[in-house]
Amino acid sequence: MASEKVKTFTDSNFDDEKKSGVVLVDFWAEWCGPCRRLGPTVDALATEFDGRATVAKLNVDENPTVPERYAVRGIPTLLLFKEGELAETIVGLRGKEDIAKMIERHLGA
Amino acid sequence: MSASRADRRVVIIGSGPAGLTAALYTARANLAPLLVEGLEAGGQLMLTTMVENWPGFRDGIMGPDLMTEMRAQAERFGTEIMQGNVARVDLRHRPFTIEFAGGEKVTTDALIIATGASAKWLEIGSDRRLSGHGVSTCATCDGYFFRGKPIAVIGGGDSAMEEAIYLTRFASKVSVVHRRDTLRASKIMQDKAMANPKIEFIWDSEVADVKDGPSGEVTGITIRNLKTGHLSEVPLDGVFIAIGHVPNTSLFVGQIELDDTGYIKTYQGSRTSLPGVFAAGDVQDHIYRQAITAAGSGCMAALDAERYLEGLHDAPEVAAAHAT
Repeated sequence: MASEKVKTFTDSNFDDEKKSGVVLVDFWAEWCGPCRRLGPTVDALATEFDGRATVAKLNVDENPTVPERYAVRGIPTLLLFKEGELAETIVGLRGKEDIAKMIERHLGA
Repeated sequence: MSASRADRRVVIIGSGPAGLTAALYTARANLAPLLVEGLEAGGQLMLTTMVENWPGFRDGIMGPDLMTEMRAQAERFGTEIMQGNVARVDLRHRPFTIEFAGGEKVTTDALIIATGASAKWLEIGSDRRLSGHGVSTCATCDGYFFRGKPIAVIGGGDSAMEEAIYLTRFASKVSVVHRRDTLRASKIMQDKAMANPKIEFIWDSEVADVKDGPSGEVTGITIRNLKTGHLSEVPLDGVFIAIGHVPNTSLFVGQIELDDTGYIKTYQGSRTSLPGVFAAGDVQDHIYRQAITAAGSGCMAALDAERYLEGLHDAPEVAAAHAT
């Protein structure tokens, strides 16, 4: 079940939404098999970090500008922003524990 | 009566055709299998489009749809499917212990390994660094980003031809770079690729380097001709690597026999060097590597595991289920 804690980012709200705190953005599309595998992990992270970090999804089909700006040419890709600045990039599948550790590291620092 | 204090009779690691078929058979034998999906859940078929050589579907079936069906079928007969990855296995003590990425552990009398194989990289440094920025091992995931752009496919086998053909939907031109002057691909795939006006071939060549521009996006590749040693630049936007696979066996190194290239050695069907541990699918097969052979070997592993457990426990309920 998709978590309502996951925000939906678009080309138009992206800059505003990612400008403060720790923000994890999942770049995905319907037709991408591995993206669908990563979906439940992203949902779980949104619940786990509720109130501490923002977890969001951005559909690359509907929003071509943001992926272009960050040279995203493969999905799934996870970008982590801290206070608006790109801090981490994960390309491809990764376990929930690994991603959680990465978020914790940026929350702690 | 059962002397076992194991949590499970059988655990299956991997959720491609081999793992899910092993699950289907062991579930129907009332062994209540636990299947651990792994990170690349569904296996390599999740990265394909139309599968035209799976018997029973005359018009083909989409790879991800086939896996969804297999998963549902395995669950219907009582397979418990667990998401996530295995971090460690201990096969030195019985029952065997499987430890998950989150730290939880489960013990089992029998283990079926169906962890498959993952795409091989060029291992030239720049290919992995530019993964997600123009270098990819998944055409169906990333082809979309190369609409109207020139790209290359590296490799000369069936997968390389399939990717090249698929990518002509998006790309302006697809250059197939192959180390030899003939393809390894089957005749039907060769013919399809050769007939495609968007596909060109660069023979006897390997990729020496992948180049990137100011924002970290791929801008071209450096090609080395293996006969002349000559280096040349090919400007392009994307590189799709299809040079084969490596078996996912790092969990088992030092605990069961592997061959020189890391594949699990099997004997008399699906038996590994360790009684009670069975292997199925691409993790033990570098020759056939088909969905149907993986499924077939998954069935073999399930039947072998059943027999092993019968001998181990003399459990009458298992024998009765097997007879039906």
